[in-house]
Amino acid sequence: MTWAEMQPLLTQAVWDTLYMVGLATLVSVAGGLPLGILLVLTDRGGLLRNAFVNKVVGAVVNVGRSLPFLILMVALIPFTRLVVGTTIGAEAAVVPLAVGAVPFFARLVETAVREVDHGLVEAVQAMGGSTWTVVRKALLPESLPSVVSGLTTTVVTLVGYSAMAGAIGAGGLGDLAIRYGYQRFETGLMLVTVAVLIVLVTLIQLAGDLAARSLSHRGRSESAAPRLRLLRAPARAEAEPAKAS
Amino acid sequence: MITTTGLKKVYRSRGREVVALDGVDLHVREGEVYGVVGRSGAGKSTLIRCVNLLERPTSGTVTVAGQDLTALAGGSRRAGAELRAARSRIGMVFQHFNLLSSRTVQDNVELPLEILGLSGAARSRKALDLLDLVGLADRARAYPAQLSGGQKQRVGIARALAGDPKVLLSDEATSALDPETTRSVLQLLRDLNRQLGLTVLLITHEMEVVKQICDSAALMKGGRIVESGTVPELLAAPGGELARELFPVGGVPSGPGGTVIDVTFHDDSTGQPVISQLARTYNIDVSILGAAVETVGGRRVGRMRVELPGTFEENVVPVGFLREQGLQVEVAPAGAAQAATPEENSK
Ligand SMILES: Nc1ncnc2c1ncn2[C@@H]1O[C@H](COP(=O)(O)OP(=O)(O)O)[C@@H](O)[C@H]1O
Ligand SMILES: [Mg+2]
Repeated sequence: MTWAEMQPLLTQAVWDTLYMVGLATLVSVAGGLPLGILLVLTDRGGLLRNAFVNKVVGAVVNVGRSLPFLILMVALIPFTRLVVGTTIGAEAAVVPLAVGAVPFFARLVETAVREVDHGLVEAVQAMGGSTWTVVRKALLPESLPSVVSGLTTTVVTLVGYSAMAGAIGAGGLGDLAIRYGYQRFETGLMLVTVAVLIVLVTLIQLAGDLAARSLSHRGRSESAAPRLRLLRAPARAEAEPAKAS
Repeated sequence: MITTTGLKKVYRSRGREVVALDGVDLHVREGEVYGVVGRSGAGKSTLIRCVNLLERPTSGTVTVAGQDLTALAGGSRRAGAELRAARSRIGMVFQHFNLLSSRTVQDNVELPLEILGLSGAARSRKALDLLDLVGLADRARAYPAQLSGGQKQRVGIARALAGDPKVLLSDEATSALDPETTRSVLQLLRDLNRQLGLTVLLITHEMEVVKQICDSAALMKGGRIVESGTVPELLAAPGGELARELFPVGGVPSGPGGTVIDVTFHDDSTGQPVISQLARTYNIDVSILGAAVETVGGRRVGRMRVELPGTFEENVVPVGFLREQGLQVEVAPAGAAQAATPEENSK
């Protein structure tokens, strides 16, 4: 297979992957963020202590987290048909992707929000802030760097899931690799697909790390954002506090 | 300004009960700086957190500026609009500052103003004024991580003042700071108290804080207030534990047969050679067992423990002479000489 033959296939596959992952990410944020916060607020010692809600939401999240994605995908086929009207193609893949990623992201949000110093919650309460104010002015902004890191992990995971979704005809890079690389022994295309996936994941991780770092104002030593894993950038570490001042 | 009556707080966790407050009656007058001291675990933080209902008292009432906050809170666990409005008029500063790391100094000070619903321009003007008041106008755009501990607490104080409170609560505001910074932050609180007529209730485990800025003080032990009063009153009661801690004079009698008295003297009477006059006038041997001069609440106060030969009855006249000189004279409480050893006084 020549490059000229590969290129349109690849372009289409990249777009399909980005579409699936992008849409599923939006749904994960819309669903996972409130759920993660709810898990913290309803927990013992939380502002909206409610053992029942906490147990139920926690259980739902755990079930979603523990099912292997492949099984989730198959199990959700009737639901997907109900929502999108079809079970094939990128649109259809978004449903299991989002259902898988929402609980995943919710747990990461929960962890991030739990790390916010309780003293900040008290400070806002002492100023006369309501629970909603506490969430909006303290919990969310203070956990934002960690939430962004969690989102990066979620998106990277979604890229992996989307490749798996390719196995049931979702399109995208995974689909390409299976149809050409596995079924037709097009090793060249297979390798290029793998390379594109690596580049995609690297770019996502890089962008996420940079975003988390630029959002963190905790000072050099106790930065909540993870260090850049892929690029060593000591110059940047020194430049940051200067920018912030 | 702040009154609590019969305040009780019982924590229940896993079947165990901790009585953190065991019937606290506190009365803080308008415009004074009131210090509550006590060891760790005495219930000080619980008390101050009950004052703005961050902690719901198990029973008892809290009144701030004539408003019964316990009534506002009602039975619900969540703070209703009325209680939140009342809280916005009570400033609070914390030991660990509790500034939002995601916001600049100015934005931290603006936070309470956002909650009060002020417009952007008004917020910014007010925040800058407050930062000016605490001497940090030039750091408005910095992030808390870029400030020293003392600066952070100044921001915390500016933030606490944003809602124009009549009352400021301070829970160990200087305990995370070094002695010099502590002094300057305390001085700031004192200045604000004087300039703005702010009533300050502060919690501390350091006697130095009481010495430096308090008009009144209370000692807490095991969830109760065991001693309280204005600082001069407390000092005038040498048997009191607070007085002894505020003002440690040690000294062990040289032997049996003498009378040990504690002599307390204030501003005007310091520096007079009363002891040598006493010795000369009555021709007695006065031994000085211990003495200290300190500045308490801006006033110079001295205390001396002296031993006079003979029983108390034999010393009625010399004691009368000292009292005539305007000194407070108390017979040292039995056992005080032992209790007031240096190691006891160090904490
Ligand atoms: N949230 C809580 N749950 C259970 N016990 C508590 C809680 N807060 C405080 N206590 C207990 O109440 C007592 C008083 O604590 P605290 O008011 O913090 O004392 P202080 O501030 O004087 O050191 C302590 O025995 C402490 O263990
Ligand atoms: Mg405490």
